[in-house]
Amino acid sequence: MKKNWWKVVAAVCVLYTIIAGFLFKVPAQPILHETIRNLYFHVPMWFSMMTILFVSLWHSIKYLSKSAIESDIVASQAAHTGMLVGFLGLVTGSIWAKYTWGAWWVADTKLNGAAITMLIYLAYFVLRGSIDEEQKRARIAAVYNIFAYVMLIVFLLILPRMNDSLHPGNGGNPGFNKYDLDSTMRMVFYPAVIGWILLTVWIFTLRVRLEKVKQKLLYND
Amino acid sequence: MINSIKKATLLTAILIGSASAFAQDNQPVEMATGLYQSGKIYVVVTVVSIIFVGILTYLVMLDRKISKLEKEIKK
Repeated sequence: MKKNWWKVVAAVCVLYTIIAGFLFKVPAQPILHETIRNLYFHVPMWFSMMTILFVSLWHSIKYLSKSAIESDIVASQAAHTGMLVGFLGLVTGSIWAKYTWGAWWVADTKLNGAAITMLIYLAYFVLRGSIDEEQKRARIAAVYNIFAYVMLIVFLLILPRMNDSLHPGNGGNPGFNKYDLDSTMRMVFYPAVIGWILLTVWIFTLRVRLEKVKQKLLYND
Repeated sequence: MINSIKKATLLTAILIGSASAFAQDNQPVEMATGLYQSGKIYVVVTVVSIIFVGILTYLVMLDRKISKLEKEIKK
């Protein structure tokens, strides 16, 4: 139980987010109305994705320096979990866009950047699937993974800031601008980010442990 | 004469129209106050919380299952 305290933190934070996210007062903004509450659910998906993909990158670099197959397992499972939250972020963003901007998809730098990032990571799995030899697959995938994370930074963090975008926090504006000012929203938003990130990490550790068990069964028999 | 009356009415119509467009800035933003006043939002919060607790229990059970597997492999 001592080792699992952070899972409790994840559960409490997300549960608090659900309750406070629906019940606490939010600023009345034109166009957004009550959908402003999506901030507690849609945005943490991307924070989680970037965190877990960074874990993936970290272990890919570790693989390249030490060639331990364990690092490759961790890197690939982290990328998998990253795709899960990234997909959820993309879908929820699309729904939010439909009811505020009026379309499911807008050819916007932030939106297209997010979609391209997902495609780059999907290619990571195609690449893995196409190489049979374990060490070779791990090494090539690790190199590609470094490239993928650099592209993620370019498409999600740099290009949207250099162009005009409908999406908040872009077009030269690094923060959440108008939402950032509201202190009640911050009281929910920060725990939301922590909670969702920890929950994603939990799912990721489950995947890693299961994969390691699978590998052991495959090689010991 | 008729033409100028027409023009005048059109002009006033446009003016009134644009006045209401300006007035929009001061109108209150529509929020779900009714839902909050009736208290039925608590139903939504309860439903979503129960779903999340369900998912959490599922995760905890998965976690335990994997722990058991890990122990068995170590033996």
